[in-house]
Amino acid sequence: MELTVVKERKNKQAGERSEKNVVYRTKNLNLWYGEHHALKNIDLDIYENEVTAIIGPSGCGKSTYIKTLNRMIELVPSVRTSGEITYRGRNIFDKSYRVEELRTQVGMVFQKPNPFPKSIYDNVAYGPRIHGIRDKKILDEIVEKSLRGAAIWDEVKDRLHTNAYGLSGGQQQRLCIARCLAIEPDVILMDEPTSALDPISTLKVEELVQELKKNYSIIIVTHNMQQAARISDKTAFFLNGEVIEYSDTDKLFSNPDDKRTEDYITGRFG
Amino acid sequence: MKRKDEKRPCFASHLAMNLERGFHIMAMTDGNRSYSVRDMIKENKKKQSGQQIMEWLMPKLLLLTATISILTTIGILFTLLFETFIFFERVSIVEFLTSKEWLPWDEKTGSFGVAPLVTGTLLTTAIAMLVAIPIGLASAIYLSEYASEKARKMLKPILEVLAGIPTIVYGFFALTFVTPLLQKFIPSLGIFNALSPGIVMGIMIIPMVASLSEDAMSSVPNSIREGALGLGSTKLEVALKVVLPAATSGIAASFMLAISRAVGETMIVAVAGGSSPVFTFDVTKSIQTLTAYIVQVTTGDAGYGTTVYYSIYAVGMTLFVFTLAMNLLAQYISRRFREEY
Repeated sequence: MELTVVKERKNKQAGERSEKNVVYRTKNLNLWYGEHHALKNIDLDIYENEVTAIIGPSGCGKSTYIKTLNRMIELVPSVRTSGEITYRGRNIFDKSYRVEELRTQVGMVFQKPNPFPKSIYDNVAYGPRIHGIRDKKILDEIVEKSLRGAAIWDEVKDRLHTNAYGLSGGQQQRLCIARCLAIEPDVILMDEPTSALDPISTLKVEELVQELKKNYSIIIVTHNMQQAARISDKTAFFLNGEVIEYSDTDKLFSNPDDKRTEDYITGRFG
Repeated sequence: MKRKDEKRPCFASHLAMNLERGFHIMAMTDGNRSYSVRDMIKENKKKQSGQQIMEWLMPKLLLLTATISILTTIGILFTLLFETFIFFERVSIVEFLTSKEWLPWDEKTGSFGVAPLVTGTLLTTAIAMLVAIPIGLASAIYLSEYASEKARKMLKPILEVLAGIPTIVYGFFALTFVTPLLQKFIPSLGIFNALSPGIVMGIMIIPMVASLSEDAMSSVPNSIREGALGLGSTKLEVALKVVLPAATSGIAASFMLAISRAVGETMIVAVAGGSSPVFTFDVTKSIQTLTAYIVQVTTGDAGYGTTVYYSIYAVGMTLFVFTLAMNLLAQYISRRFREEY
């Protein structure tokens, strides 16, 4: 009881300080994999045009949470949920909410770069195409704009029609970001997007995230606390399926409220 | 001194105890002699001179067995070529390739144009593909993209039962069941025709197309499906626009192998296709395929050394060229369009 009060207070504080629109509001979310209780009473508000980082040790539920936001978690057969997540005021678990519609507005970048085995151009044009955009000229423009947006245009402009698998890992990941931008989503979910990349590629993706937050709300799961500190506005610390602390990144890293957060960010465990 | 002993860590004392016990057991089995594993290995090495001979001999034996199949293939090919040459000494190759009449039974007035047999083969093969490719591919998509693990485990073996039915059974199934059934819809259909064996051959090939295509589609990694779903694709869009193109090479190769199987299929067409080598594209008429002709000659009473006798080698050669071309094409396609994930 006490805990939830504290949590609510924290959420409120975070809310008042930013005075921004809420994109995602999670209320009392619980999730089970079969018998395993993976997310426990999550309450979390995510704000527009901010980078929200989710940190925590392996198995704490951070990836599970981000995959719940676009309902990708439902691909796991044994998953059950209770509680509510509203996206722009609408409950995403509502039966009338088509999952394709949600995923069109909420893009996702995965841990491992996963371009399609198609040309660079077709990778980016895939999204617009399945949503009915066929005009070659418009597609050309979308592809260029998206690739520029993902800061990879200069590297690939001369080989748009070669297979995406010829790119390096870091380039592939930026291509996946471009693919995501091509359908102009509202929110971008990033599930440890740099964990498979080298430091230079990581830096490029981080810079990109800073650039993208002007137009998108970004939620990023990361193992790397320095990364969270560098690029995010707000940070949520997850532990054993619970949100331990959620506040402005500066505050969380310099003056955490909870002893466990302090232990984690100072490297005492995890 | 005693205090020090007590302070000894627990782990070390356990280890020491276990070691003592271990040596105790060894000593029990081997008198009082203490020995090391290292010495035992050394001793055994000396005894194993037979191993060296085996190491030398086995690769040669393995090579020999591999050579047997290669030599057999070369032998068959040589016989085929040799007898085909004899045939072409009697009948000009131009006539063989250009004449549209296949009348081999009369030594004097006979005509040896392979075209009717080729059209018979192509006709039944085309019908078989029209049946096998759509149904096989659709089954593959269902099995790979939609079926639950449980359904897949049930359906795949059932599908594979189809592949285990002897072709002769398919043959009289075509003749005694499918043909009469089709005659109800197409009254002009002959008892022997191209349509019925073509359809049944297609049914026979479905499991092959389904199984090979399903393998190709299942090997497309899930991360790619997730990427597509994450962009708001429906399941059908993922299947048709992402997985199917990604598996093109495997699927195309399965088609090529299916065609080559249909071209070489013998029993079904011999039983239900008839034995009228006529240059026609009418599926309701009796036809004869390359394979069915060879059956007819070898089961008939064509004497050794007659032109008819040698003609089966030329027909066999034609068949070989067809299937070889298909298999090579399948290999080329699967290499050329291979996607690396």
